[in-house]
Amino acid sequence: MHGYANPARFLKIARWLTPVLLVVGLVLAGGALAWGLTQVPPERLQGETVRILFVHVPTAWLGMAGWTTIAGASFAYLVWRHPLADIAARAAAWPGACFTAICLATGSIWARPTWGVWWVWDGRLTSFLILLFLYFGYIALSNGAAQSEASRRIPAIFGLVGAINIPIINRSVEWWETQHQRASITAGTSSIDAAFLWPLGIAVLGFTCIFGGVLLARMRAILAHSQAEARLRRKAMQP
Amino acid sequence: MSWKPKHQRMALLGVALVALVGAVLLAMWGLRSQASYFYVPAQVESDPPAVGQNIRLGGMVLEGSLGQADDGVSILFTVHDGEAQVPVRYRGILPDLFVEGSGVVAEGRFTPEGTFVADTLLAKHDENYVPRELEEMTAAQAKAAVAETTK
Repeated sequence: MHGYANPARFLKIARWLTPVLLVVGLVLAGGALAWGLTQVPPERLQGETVRILFVHVPTAWLGMAGWTTIAGASFAYLVWRHPLADIAARAAAWPGACFTAICLATGSIWARPTWGVWWVWDGRLTSFLILLFLYFGYIALSNGAAQSEASRRIPAIFGLVGAINIPIINRSVEWWETQHQRASITAGTSSIDAAFLWPLGIAVLGFTCIFGGVLLARMRAILAHSQAEARLRRKAMQP
Repeated sequence: MSWKPKHQRMALLGVALVALVGAVLLAMWGLRSQASYFYVPAQVESDPPAVGQNIRLGGMVLEGSLGQADDGVSILFTVHDGEAQVPVRYRGILPDLFVEGSGVVAEGRFTPEGTFVADTLLAKHDENYVPRELEEMTAAQAKAAVAETTK
């Protein structure tokens, strides 16, 4: 694992992996959404609104996967002090926040015709809204922290502590009575009919590839930015 | 035995994380009844809320219980959770997804007679996603059909 933590080796792999992930992700997600919007039958009770599922579920998964990335990278940064881990955590914040916001918006649009209201303050919706605020907090903290190693530890600790919200989101529908339905897919069994499950699975895969591609692209951009700054600083030092 | 700095950091973080997770799990355990969005009929039976207190009641609409009140406008139905049943009276427009056998969350209060008078009804969708072709099935049959196709 330490071999890939070398920025030069990382860049060598990321250079070709970024476009591959983005193209594969766009093809899979686009195909799954087209399939979901045109080919899937209406649901028994929800009717046509079931199609929001194909955006809502992948974005929910990536909103949580984004913070898990931040937490994992922060842990690696705090223990091994490798700058690339810090860069990975920083790079995951914006895409994670975007997916979280899309998940909340699509959920709200689905809730209006299904439940009869745009929003309720139940365990699942509230904990997911907190996730969005945690992202904003992390982004502000991370942008505010200078590039010294000591101050980069502050957003890393925040990223690690904020991860406690992830199991709460996941378990909220089991621990508490919620307006939001329970998990449809649990360890190997699904209560979603195959007609919906296949495009859903492909959409999840596609969105995940897009997330991976954006993550790598942002890591490369942050690396390039810090290299450019270092070069400018060296030039300014020369007489 | 002397530890390398990175092993010290790993141990310190590990202990801190275990303590944090433990504390939050205890807090969530303490919140388990307060953080619920609604009462289910079994809770109403074992620990009845005060008459006139605003609460939410959630459960399934009992099959065959849907009917009209004497005033011709209000509807009556029974909410159950498999253990207990609560009669509900509601006056207003029903949500599209409100059908017998489906989930519902009602906001309102109990009368002294034990009837729940709802001001607002929210339909609750369950975790089963079934195409319309299987419409005639009940929720339980549909769930079995889905379990069959996605095994």
